[in-house]
Amino acid sequence: MTTIAELPAGFADKVLSAQSTFRSVMDAMARPGSVQRVTASVGTPAGLMRGAAAIALTLFDHDTPIWLDAAITATPSVARWLKFHTSAPVIGEPSIASFALVGDAENLPALERFAFGSSEYPDRSTTLILQVDGLTQGPAFELKGPGIDGTVLLQAMIRPRDLFARLAVNEALFPRGIDVVLVHDDAIVAIPRTTRLVASGV
Amino acid sequence: MNAPTYNFAYLDEQTKRMIRRAILKAIAIPGYQVPFASREMPMPYGWGTGGVQVTAAILGPDDVLKVIDQGSDDTTNAISIRKFFGKTAGVATTTSTTDATVIQTRHRIPEAELHAGQVLVYQVPIPEPLRFLEPRETETRRMHALAEYGLMHVKLYEDIARFGHIATAYAYPVKVNARYVMDPSPTPKFDNPKMDNCAALQLFGAGREKRIYAIPPYTTVVSLDFEDHPFTRYRFDAPCALCGADNSYLDEIVTDDRGGRMFVCSDTDFCEQRQAAGHHGTERAAPHKEKAHV
Repeated sequence: MTTIAELPAGFADKVLSAQSTFRSVMDAMARPGSVQRVTASVGTPAGLMRGAAAIALTLFDHDTPIWLDAAITATPSVARWLKFHTSAPVIGEPSIASFALVGDAENLPALERFAFGSSEYPDRSTTLILQVDGLTQGPAFELKGPGIDGTVLLQAMIRPRDLFARLAVNEALFPRGIDVVLVHDDAIVAIPRTTRLVASGV
Repeated sequence: MNAPTYNFAYLDEQTKRMIRRAILKAIAIPGYQVPFASREMPMPYGWGTGGVQVTAAILGPDDVLKVIDQGSDDTTNAISIRKFFGKTAGVATTTSTTDATVIQTRHRIPEAELHAGQVLVYQVPIPEPLRFLEPRETETRRMHALAEYGLMHVKLYEDIARFGHIATAYAYPVKVNARYVMDPSPTPKFDNPKMDNCAALQLFGAGREKRIYAIPPYTTVVSLDFEDHPFTRYRFDAPCALCGADNSYLDEIVTDDRGGRMFVCSDTDFCEQRQAAGHHGTERAAPHKEKAHV
């Protein structure tokens, strides 16, 4: 049996770290495509990036079923760490998850497996947290939508490579849809369901 | 005995997480009312319990908070909420619109243009724009799901049939991002155009009705109207008696019991900044009626 002492710590300051992390996520969601930073100091289990760990501690609790992909499940300490620090139930069925933590975004399951919400309650959807290879350089994606003044250019090493093609389902289903938070180390970029790809170059 | 201490910004962490999740969904679905588990606050419903909970969930120690009530920084409601967060969160407070990072408001949008990075938090009494037309929540929810807003246009049309113009003067319905019809809270319709393509994030909290909704920055917000009866906003046809502004929303203030009155800016910060900059008004310009303002 693992003792608590073997688990990495959570936030150094539970209250203010959660607040500053939330503001980064809120700014990211309100300004899709912009790169925000998580500044709070946070203990991180192997397999989770700092940004993903901070978001988990900020938004997960017993009310939010979470789904972990195979890459994250492969490191059992992540699930233990999440359970100890957030009490969030880890579930195997992505269609009822509030959040999905994806360590190996290359093998992201089909989006249809997650919750899109209903027409009456489009908020009852899964928010995807994808760990990606880079959010400051890489192929360029030109985005538009609410929160963006005209268009914005995101340069990122995004996986899966066809993420934006898959997210086209958001346009067809709106207001139902999937919101995505991309994480690389302490950088986060949000792609809410209203954001549309204008053009992408390599 | 130790004095009781509260968590930072009063609310407990679990409540903040719940509200924060609702805020993120609200931003992702502009204009959609996200249900949330509103808490009882140490102030009565109607005093801004929804706005206070939203503010408490986003506020950090580095924020500078401004609170206005009908545009004024120094009414009871504004002062008590400002003091509440000064006490429970220790945040800096201001009356300056440009210096504030978080502005909680009741029934007005400041005259000064908001800038990127600011958050405007509205206190909302009735979040459902269709509620007075259809009392059943199950029905209004379905109408939003189907984007079936004919009833709202009928209501505006009945205004025209009865009064010759759209007589709705406040809480004037808007369509956000060409999808959801939304109640902008009881702001005068004079303020509606300020919501469109605004650089600041706008969050709405309704405590009694347990709803949070949002308008992200740079989002289209269109006031509902008809081609032959376009949306028109009004203000009293006079400059402010104190600062002479001819583009601000005016309050009517009764000055004696013989019909004397003066018209002054409802936004006290805007008015004071102008007076400090050397602008003066005159009471003699008291108007008699409203005039369309472009």
